[in-house]
Amino acid sequence: MQALFSQLVAGLSLGSILLLAALGLALTFGQMGVINMAHGEFMMAGAYTAFVAQGFIADAGVSLLLAIPIGFLVGGVMGVILEATLIRRMYHRPLDTLLVTWGVALILQQAARDIFGAPNVDVRAPTWLSGSVNLGVAQVPAARLFILALAVAAVVGLSLLLKATPLGRRIRAVVQNRDLAETVGVSTRSTDRLTFFIGSGLAGIAGVALTLLGSTGPTLGTSYIVDAFLVVVAGGIGQIRGAVIAAFGLGLLQATFEYSTTASIAKVMVFVVVVVFLQIRPQGIFSVRTRSLA
Amino acid sequence: MPRLRTRAGVVRATAVLAIAGLVSAGCGSRVGDSGASATSCVDTSGSSVKIGFLNSLSGTMAISEKTVNDSLILAAEQINAGGGVLGKKLEVVTEDGASEPTIFAEKATKLISSNCVAAVFGGWTSSSRKAMLPVFEGANSLLFYPVQYEGLEASPNIFYTGATTNQQIVPALDYLKQKGVTSLFLVGSDYVFPRTANKEIKAYAKANGIEVKGEEYAPLGHTDFTTIVNKVRSAGAGAVFNTLNGDSNVAFFKEYRNAGLTAGAMPVVSVSIAEEEVGGIGVDNLVGQLTAWNYYQTIDTPRNKAFVADFKAKYGQNRVTSDPMEAAYTSLFLWKAIVEKAQSFKTDDVQNAAGGVSYDAPEGTVTVNGENHHIAKTALIGKVGPDGLIYTEWSSGAPVEPDPFLRSYDWAKGLTG
Repeated sequence: MQALFSQLVAGLSLGSILLLAALGLALTFGQMGVINMAHGEFMMAGAYTAFVAQGFIADAGVSLLLAIPIGFLVGGVMGVILEATLIRRMYHRPLDTLLVTWGVALILQQAARDIFGAPNVDVRAPTWLSGSVNLGVAQVPAARLFILALAVAAVVGLSLLLKATPLGRRIRAVVQNRDLAETVGVSTRSTDRLTFFIGSGLAGIAGVALTLLGSTGPTLGTSYIVDAFLVVVAGGIGQIRGAVIAAFGLGLLQATFEYSTTASIAKVMVFVVVVVFLQIRPQGIFSVRTRSLA
Repeated sequence: MPRLRTRAGVVRATAVLAIAGLVSAGCGSRVGDSGASATSCVDTSGSSVKIGFLNSLSGTMAISEKTVNDSLILAAEQINAGGGVLGKKLEVVTEDGASEPTIFAEKATKLISSNCVAAVFGGWTSSSRKAMLPVFEGANSLLFYPVQYEGLEASPNIFYTGATTNQQIVPALDYLKQKGVTSLFLVGSDYVFPRTANKEIKAYAKANGIEVKGEEYAPLGHTDFTTIVNKVRSAGAGAVFNTLNGDSNVAFFKEYRNAGLTAGAMPVVSVSIAEEEVGGIGVDNLVGQLTAWNYYQTIDTPRNKAFVADFKAKYGQNRVTSDPMEAAYTSLFLWKAIVEKAQSFKTDDVQNAAGGVSYDAPEGTVTVNGENHHIAKTALIGKVGPDGLIYTEWSSGAPVEPDPFLRSYDWAKGLTG
């Protein structure tokens, strides 16, 4: 019983991490159709932000809380630069974008290695996040609860932004029918840039959160990029709620398979489940109904 | 707009396919296309002799192999400052193995046949060594390999200056048994070294009445250890034997500590965590945990103090020295000692002269075994201190003769074939 509950928590926790990693992609890949392989490196930049913040502020708790907004800015600004210099020029060529951003990802990894050194760095967790919280049936690491809360906050924030702000309305308008939106005076150029800023910024936040669990190194992003794309594709392109369900679904599946088999087999089984699922529902869990003629 | 038209189907399909392709191309290796065989062309007529350093200076292994390259360079400088080898200055040719076994084989071929080096120093992963082995045997050239590995190999063209299993894993098990540990949980990365090591550990455990309560493997680069740590906790073993490699250690130890498991209640013995890795994992997550090696920076001898001081003077006061770095440093001096005994740089002469050559290394005196080309080393169990350094907790007292095929252990019969 206790093991069952622990695994449930493990699955939810893994789901929340996948969600944080995939949320930004759900915007840039899902809404804009840009395959950004450097998304993982924006996460890496967020993680190093947490490391640098700790260099300035000794208190691990304060520096972590500060690193979250700063990480958002760092990721977002890097995203905007990438969008303005490269991606903008190849909106009609998804495969070229993929290769170019893959190149950018490699450059960013090497840059991190040159700036921060090849060995991984350690970001200290604040005392209130090391150790675990006793929930009666199971011990839940405090850091994982924190990440779960952060993921929920990010989803709520993003949904509010999309639903209740003028910017959100513009983003949705451009997604549903770019030509029509342009005709009625929405500046698709600045909307694209802002969408990319937010999506990349979310990657930065994910990076800050990951420092609580794993190592901070130049290749941090590569371990999450495939899973993040998997979540967005399984969830349905262009849908935030699809990403939420897919992330927690995949997290729980991975935890269940891993407990009953091994970590390697679990990974394979999750991939098989997603492939089979996409055979039955190629559009993912949810799909956008657009009025465009495409 | 064409962009909308392509979005739904094509983008999704190409994205997933292409990403999977790129990622696997990034990590995969294509063993077997290493090209033509090499021939040796060592030239010792001048006032200098060429040697090759072959370490990964890029890619995932760069983290570890760069440090080995640093200590090799230090050793070469010191040897040149002392007059070189047989009166000839060392001329170092450095190549980047790029964390890719095939590239190691290609660069080894290049070092041997176009740079005409007398010996090559380097390699880290077992796969890089296995890829280079046929190159060195084919060209009858020499490789000095500085990292502890899974044993079960002895090439006349390779000198292994890191530990084989009976100098690291077996002493660690002896130590645990002596401490009264009666059950173990095995956690490792999913590749050749942990699986081979765990086979040996299970054979040892069976012969010594130690119960193995579980055995878990995580894919290389695995980052979520909740499930594995849950399994470890419910199994309730006396100690954990950790053969995880690389970044996974960080995620594992953070999870281990967050789950409330401690070094006091259930110590973890690691064979891949040295001083260099402690900083990245976080000292707080490691304090009190055990490691098994043959060298620690804290070894209290004048020889080691000089080595540490020289290293820090060259590379900075915040740098640390670790077992593979020391083994690489030692390998260059061992080669010098063997060449001077043989009075020749020729591979055959070096092979014949190697047996019994000793060197007063920072780890203590080491001696080359002429039969299997490994070296006798003292085994040390260490404990991670609050300052991030590792302190010797137990020592085998004297150098342990290398036994890569575990022939002298009854329990290992049937493992080695």
